[in-house]
Amino acid sequence: MKKCLIVLLAAGLFLPALAMDPPGNLQVRDVPNDDGRSLILTWDKAAAETADPAAFKGYRILRSETAGGPYAEAGYVFPGSLEFTDNTLTPGVQYYYQINAVTFTDSAQTAPLGPVQSSAQWFNTARANILIAFLVFTGLILLYIYKARHGADLFVRRIAGLSAVDEAIGRATEMGRPILYLPSGGLSAVSDIQTLASLVILGRVANKAAEYDTPLLVPCSDPLVMTLAQEIVKSSYMNAGRPDAYRAENIRYLTNEQFAYTAGVDGMMVREKPAANFMIGTFYAESLILAETGYSTGAIQIAGTAMITQLPFFVAACDYTLIGEEIYAASAYLSKEPVLLGTIKAQDWGKAAVIFLILIGAVMQTLALKFPQLGFFAGWLMPR
Amino acid sequence: MKKTIPLAITFLAGFYMILAFFVPHPIVANSAQEMQSWEIIIVAFTLVLGIGNLIFVHAEKIQRRRQGWFYSLTLLVCLAFMMVLGLFWGIKEGTAYYWLYDNVMAPLSSAMFSLLAFFIASAAYRAFRARNKEATLLLIAAAIIMIGRVPLGSWLWQHVPFLGAKVPALLDQVTQWVMEIPNTAGQRGIKIGAALGAVSMALRMLLGIERSYLTTGGN
Repeated sequence: MKKCLIVLLAAGLFLPALAMDPPGNLQVRDVPNDDGRSLILTWDKAAAETADPAAFKGYRILRSETAGGPYAEAGYVFPGSLEFTDNTLTPGVQYYYQINAVTFTDSAQTAPLGPVQSSAQWFNTARANILIAFLVFTGLILLYIYKARHGADLFVRRIAGLSAVDEAIGRATEMGRPILYLPSGGLSAVSDIQTLASLVILGRVANKAAEYDTPLLVPCSDPLVMTLAQEIVKSSYMNAGRPDAYRAENIRYLTNEQFAYTAGVDGMMVREKPAANFMIGTFYAESLILAETGYSTGAIQIAGTAMITQLPFFVAACDYTLIGEEIYAASAYLSKEPVLLGTIKAQDWGKAAVIFLILIGAVMQTLALKFPQLGFFAGWLMPR
Repeated sequence: MKKTIPLAITFLAGFYMILAFFVPHPIVANSAQEMQSWEIIIVAFTLVLGIGNLIFVHAEKIQRRRQGWFYSLTLLVCLAFMMVLGLFWGIKEGTAYYWLYDNVMAPLSSAMFSLLAFFIASAAYRAFRARNKEATLLLIAAAIIMIGRVPLGSWLWQHVPFLGAKVPALLDQVTQWVMEIPNTAGQRGIKIGAALGAVSMALRMLLGIERSYLTTGGN
């Protein structure tokens, strides 16, 4: 009896050790298109995970700069996953890896794999499609600038919102009330391309306001936008021959708090009753609050943004709305300069190319249901 | 020279950032990251300009006793008070500054935001008046979406004679179709146009064709 117990105990002690095998097929490869700080490790499922998933804890990823160690933990992967990206590496340094499969009672680790090292790439091949599109589009722009400089007649369709700019300024002049211009909402910055587009339009509006001697109010939510707006308006007043009419205090900073800015602008609308409100740039939740307050004061309102979620609000509450690309076309449209109009023409051809690619993509994806090899096109076209 | 140097800086900085988008190598990526950090630092410093402008505008208003000067005084006192609190007692949780921000500034912002609900109602009323063909289409689409997306709508639909009881899933299907097909197609059209417009605008600036932002008197 005693002998039997000893045999059973011995078997109980040695059984887990016999069952625990390290994960097999450990492989390491460099992460493509990165800055050389990452490697991807893959391995096969450990036998212990398959045998008893409930008792399996996961995989410890051990890393060392020498084959003999010491190995430190570089990461931990929970059961079910057989891949780990180590993105804390130094480019050019050689590393050794081990994977340690861990259960609640035991563990087993692979033999060291290495040396391996990560490397940085000089070109992100996943973005080749974007580069091609960028080069084609830049080529189109340069071509149309060349054409415009050589006297080509470039037609640009009428944009109602921009054609109404003079009407709005004229109305404010006739009523003897100021013009309010918002170069962006309460959250945007000068690095935003929509804000820059808005500042370009501000220059044109300020020019007209100076000619008609109509006060122009520009409340800003960003100090850098304020500084730029002051310079632009000052320059426009000087160009119009009215430097004396320029008032620096009319281009003022309110706050960069979204709704405090909204409250401040609403206050200006209600107190100073501008006859024309321009709201062009990046707007978020404040768009409708501003537009509805402007509507209640009876001002003619021209808004413009490329923010999809705010466009319906502007369309509902304003007299004219510049939709998406129209705010970028404004400077060319208002100045009628052939070179700038050329870039708008190139933009139209760019859109035509996108429509063509969408059609080709739709046809090829449909055909790919029957011929899977045609599916490569959509995969290549999708930006990563 | 007044034009050339800013244009050269714009050209070099802009194209370097474009290069960094395509080149992941640390030599390029790290320096581009560094440039973005500079931008953050510069923007932080410009806040001083903003505060300076705020003080200048409101101090003048108080000095000349213009209409509403008392509000300007309130603003400057509050500005100074918050600055003193922040500078001497810190802005972390548990400080007076934090308490005031949490209990005065945040509720005021929320109150302002909550006005949106009422403005949506008034704007929707005007937009949905079927004055012309487009407004009628908007009204029909909006009515379908509103009925289809609120719990009360599906209850109402079930009580529509002949249709609701026989085809209970129809409203959901139509709502989903409007949202996924015409709505998504329209949004994507605007997005593609806006993206091309933004690239075109950026290229105009980088190539020096668009110069009015340099305040040198237009193009």
